Amino acid sequence: MAKTICTTCPYCGTGCGVLATPDGRGGLSIKGDAAHPANQGRLCSKGSALGETVSLEGRALDPVFRGSRIKWDDALDLVAAKFLEAVDEHGPDSVAFYVSGQILTEDYYVANKLMKGYLGSANIDTNSRLCMASSVAGHKRAFGTDTVPGTYEDLEEADLVVLVGSNLAWCHPVLYQRLVMAKKMNPVLKVVNIDPRRTATSDLADLHLSVRPDGDVALFNGLLAQIVARGAEDRDWIDAHTSGAAQAIAVAQAGDPAESGLSAEELAQFYDLWIGTEKVVTMYSQGVNQSSCGADKVNAILNCHLATGRIGRPGMGPFSVTGQPNAMGGREVGGLANMLACHLDIENAAHRAAVQEAWGSPRICDHAGLKAVDLFRACGEGKIKALWIMGTNPAVSLPDAEAVSQAIARVPFVVVSDVLAETDTTRLADLVLPALAWGEKSGTVTNSERMISRQRALLPAPGQARADWQIIAQVADRMGWGDHFAYDSAADIFREYAALSGLAKRFDRDFDISGLKDITDAAYEAFQPVRWPVAEPGAEGGRFFADGQFYHADKRAKMLPVAAPAVTPLPRGFHLNSGRIRDQWHTMTRTGRSARLSQHLGEPFVEIHPEDAKAQGLGPADLARLTSDTGEAILRVLITERAARGAVFVPIHWTLATGAAGRVGPLVHEVTDPVSGQPASKQGRVDVEKFTAVWYGFAASSATCRSARPYWSIARTATGWSAELAGLRAPRDWEAEARYTLGLEAGTASVLEDPRKGTVRVAIHDDAGVLQGLFFAARQPVEVARRHAVELIGTKVPAGEALAGRPGADRPDPGATVCSCYNIGVNTLRAAVAGGADTVEKLGRATCAGTNCGSCKPELQALIDAISTTSKVAAE
Amino acid sequence: MAEKLIVIGAGMASGRALEHLFETAPGAYEVTLFNAEPRGNYNRLMLSPVLSGEKTYEEIVTHDAAWYERHGVTCRFGEKVARIDRAAKVVISETGEELAYDRLLIATGSTPFMIPLPGHDLKGVVAYRDLEDTHRMIDLGAGVGPERTPRAVVIGGGLLGLEAAAGMAARGIEVTVVHIMGHLMERQLDESAGALLKAALEQRGIRVLCGANSKEIVGDNGHVAGLRLDDGRILPCDLLVMAVGIRPNAALGQAAGLEVNRAIVVDDHMVTSDPAILALGECVEHDGQLFGLVAPLYDQAKVVAATLTGAVARFVPQELSTKLKVTGCDLFSAGDFAEGEGREDIVFRDPARGIYRRLVLEGERLVGAVFYGDTSDATWYMGLIREKEPIGDRRDMLIFGPDFCGGHPLDPMGAVAASPAKDRTQGRNGMTQKIDMAGNSDRWLADTLAGRA
Repeated sequence: MAKTICTTCPYCGTGCGVLATPDGRGGLSIKGDAAHPANQGRLCSKGSALGETVSLEGRALDPVFRGSRIKWDDALDLVAAKFLEAVDEHGPDSVAFYVSGQILTEDYYVANKLMKGYLGSANIDTNSRLCMASSVAGHKRAFGTDTVPGTYEDLEEADLVVLVGSNLAWCHPVLYQRLVMAKKMNPVLKVVNIDPRRTATSDLADLHLSVRPDGDVALFNGLLAQIVARGAEDRDWIDAHTSGAAQAIAVAQAGDPAESGLSAEELAQFYDLWIGTEKVVTMYSQGVNQSSCGADKVNAILNCHLATGRIGRPGMGPFSVTGQPNAMGGREVGGLANMLACHLDIENAAHRAAVQEAWGSPRICDHAGLKAVDLFRACGEGKIKALWIMGTNPAVSLPDAEAVSQAIARVPFVVVSDVLAETDTTRLADLVLPALAWGEKSGTVTNSERMISRQRALLPAPGQARADWQIIAQVADRMGWGDHFAYDSAADIFREYAALSGLAKRFDRDFDISGLKDITDAAYEAFQPVRWPVAEPGAEGGRFFADGQFYHADKRAKMLPVAAPAVTPLPRGFHLNSGRIRDQWHTMTRTGRSARLSQHLGEPFVEIHPEDAKAQGLGPADLARLTSDTGEAILRVLITERAARGAVFVPIHWTLATGAAGRVGPLVHEVTDPVSGQPASKQGRVDVEKFTAVWYGFAASSATCRSARPYWSIARTATGWSAELAGLRAPRDWEAEARYTLGLEAGTASVLEDPRKGTVRVAIHDDAGVLQGLFFAARQPVEVARRHAVELIGTKVPAGEALAGRPGADRPDPGATVCSCYNIGVNTLRAAVAGGADTVEKLGRATCAGTNCGSCKPELQALIDAISTTSKVAAE
Repeated sequence: MAEKLIVIGAGMASGRALEHLFETAPGAYEVTLFNAEPRGNYNRLMLSPVLSGEKTYEEIVTHDAAWYERHGVTCRFGEKVARIDRAAKVVISETGEELAYDRLLIATGSTPFMIPLPGHDLKGVVAYRDLEDTHRMIDLGAGVGPERTPRAVVIGGGLLGLEAAAGMAARGIEVTVVHIMGHLMERQLDESAGALLKAALEQRGIRVLCGANSKEIVGDNGHVAGLRLDDGRILPCDLLVMAVGIRPNAALGQAAGLEVNRAIVVDDHMVTSDPAILALGECVEHDGQLFGLVAPLYDQAKVVAATLTGAVARFVPQELSTKLKVTGCDLFSAGDFAEGEGREDIVFRDPARGIYRRLVLEGERLVGAVFYGDTSDATWYMGLIREKEPIGDRRDMLIFGPDFCGGHPLDPMGAVAASPAKDRTQGRNGMTQKIDMAGNSDRWLADTLAGRA
């Protein structure tokens, strides 16, 4: 029996503990770690499926220079030479690193040190810029440091949880489950959800407020004004511990809360609740951060907590939840272009000198570097001569992704360290370096509540893949700084990093883990989750700011006057909102490998309100073309009243590797928050029109599907891959089209054709009579029981039955997957509800659905509610 | 006093007519039955299984001597009728005997068409029509001598020719099928189905030459010795079977001055231009149409019985279906499958399993079907063709059979269908119902789809 290893989930910022047991065949069995404080044994659908994402299919296993495998030594020499050459000829700011909230703290630390202390530039930014930068800026402006005051336990302690711009149910499912449980245990607890669109999270909310996009500042300024109007402010606390209150309040009072887009009744209801509930947590995420006024939104929220002194005490406080597993770790090491290290400031000469001294480095950057969007703009302008991208996919994820791709292509020397050989970004690289993936690498991460946990290696390093820190240190060695990067292990790095954080004491900073600086290798190996600060050995961090002591020079928190942005109606078209879906993570490089996860929402889509759809001539299952000033996308139309009028929502996950035109990145303009540099990824403008295809298709294959048609998207299935397709011209040879799409050259094709109706169906069997592929095409979006079709692949079903594309009379179609863990379809669930399973618990007992990770419980409840509503209506 | 009914021809059509007659009006007629073949009614459709050895003649006899006796039928088997004197209401047999009738039923069937190739009158050149022909083939299978496998050539790659070929092959005869068209059964099958059939026949050792023109039947000592094609090839054979079609046998009627077009013309009651004379089967023409398959003949038989008993019945031609009776070559064709204006095909080909299905639609209706390799559900399709039921939203599923045609409409958004705040459900009748979620109602995709699944 293989040993079970405690590690941490590589997805969202909840930072759940995972118990992984290698099965000895390259796979893993996965369980939630009951001992981990973040999740206490729970896992979401993505975390539960981690074992399905560790195959070596598609992995980068060797260094590859312009299509040819090369030796590690040559690769490392090349990187060192190219970067040094650029620095010599064009200065330190001609090179840049773009790193990731998914690399480990130790990797981050070494990358930051090499760039800022040795190459001498602050041109190291990270995809956390897209995620957390506005919170960082807001925190720093208000607190003097980037400090998350509270802990997850505040969710259980609170009497009111206000979620702002957070689809917690899908994006932080375990925190959502904690909130569901808290609500069950504490009937007083109310939940308010503030989001322009209704989401799965709305189902838990006592009050859903469909705020106007970016109406948050108006809403919270209105709250601050009401706090004062009702005399609910804590005057003593304000006087003792804050500065700027008068101006902040004056600006708030000058604003018009109606600009939030909410009715007077909704505002009153919300203000009554918030002001009337002392134990209030305002939890916010990308809906707040990804905005041209993201930092202001953060400060508008913080102002309300500061004005009432509701911060740092149990069940109270503002709470930024991060989107990535190690966004916090990156912030702590200072791996952003406007930070130095360990929450120390680039602009502060004393901080710089201290860090340089500690590092013993030849130089130290003395000004902020280029933030993500500016960084790639500089690439496009030819200012960056050598670029190193680690563990992220900016060709997909950045605004104006098409321009970003072109910009990357313009950089003379591009290195990409990744776990996958083929991503939209590795395609643009001169040199691809194989990095260790989750499950292979070892180090620490920090979650949204400042909890530092270990990610541990469970599986051997595949091929020639190496840890990111190792690659960076080996490059540093070849640059001539080997003595300063002579790490034998991640623990070595951690000790150096922990020691450096001791500077916090000298400069009165929040981030201090110097109590861990002498941690032994054995203790590091046995490391248990610990919340920072850990200034002394054995210490454990708690909440910040209950004592009213902040990190500005005057020890006070700043209440910032933040004016709501002017309400400017769109000149035309729709607001473009973007975000995550339940079962995918970022660009699907990991979750896209799991068949279960790929079934929940298996195709890039656009959510649009029924009235808007009608006005645009869009029907269910149509395709829509979205066009912005920077790009376009073709997406499946999902008509739903969850969408607000005049706004559409598009998920962020699809790439050129998974679809023809499903990327949201190219649609998003380059507008950023002027303070944080975070792109306004939820603030686009698009035109929406029907994309009228001549034919639509669906394919299921044992091989990888592909297409050259204007619309296609592929998804992993239990039996291989599936694809959705649409074409503007009917192929001359349908069998050839089918074979190309299915990736099947061999085998016998059975063909069904209804030429007048434009229906074509092709089945491909191998010589042993095993079905390898199914292809369906029609002039309308194809009506096929997709899951059924997928399940037929690999069986000896005759073509005549397979091409029916649906089960025969005696076999029910389980329907689209709702519960990913147990693969329970919606029809199966309906049948169980009809059979009397009228609660989520009973439904779980009847079908197992929702009994593992629980991520689908909101959907199960919605299903039960829907069916009981219908039967009531029917009974009347 | 019973009236006198004379029936000319003891085939399947007249046999069925008599059954109905004796059932509805026993004793109404005193029946005399002439038959050129020296036997009574047997199931001609089952000659192929007799040929292949899967059945015996006794097993395919429909009416035995006891049956005729029980119903008081005077059997004149092996006797031909020479002519009819309508004025005197008598028939004259080939021996010159005169028999009076009150009502006369002509059921003379059809005659195989023999291509007038040089040598067509040689011994060993036969048609495939009756038990005699069948026995010739069976006898050939018994051998032509110890040192050589018997050989046969079949001219005609249609239904009958292929059944003859398969039957002879089953008896160990080396068979070559010579077919003038580019593929077999071109009236029922398209090229690919024809190719499937050809492959299946070749599998059982039958040589099939398509696009082959016969030029001359070569004889040796007055007996067939081979067939020469126009490309000069000679196909040696001991027996040559011509199966290139039939011609209605209307000579008697014509000679009697009845109205004859391509065949003896009958009205909806199966009455000829002479009210005392009825006709049915392959020798008649109704509404410009000739008949070669058994199903309409049975319908005609019912009408004949009714007319004879003074009831009013009308013959309405139904859609036809055929099955190739070659074991292992499952073939079914029904209705009208000719291409034409407004005709739409749905075609399914599974070369690995040797399955071919073609449905022919006209507007909203199924008018024809051709199946090869898998003829399950044939009766269901026959029903659809016959009932002229609109296909409607079953079109996409139609070719997969009844198991797949009754279900729920499907959701083209299956891939993105599990989103939480939206749902749809389907009632037991397959109709889609709308569900409103509490405070969160969505349009159901399926609402609009229900109408076109």
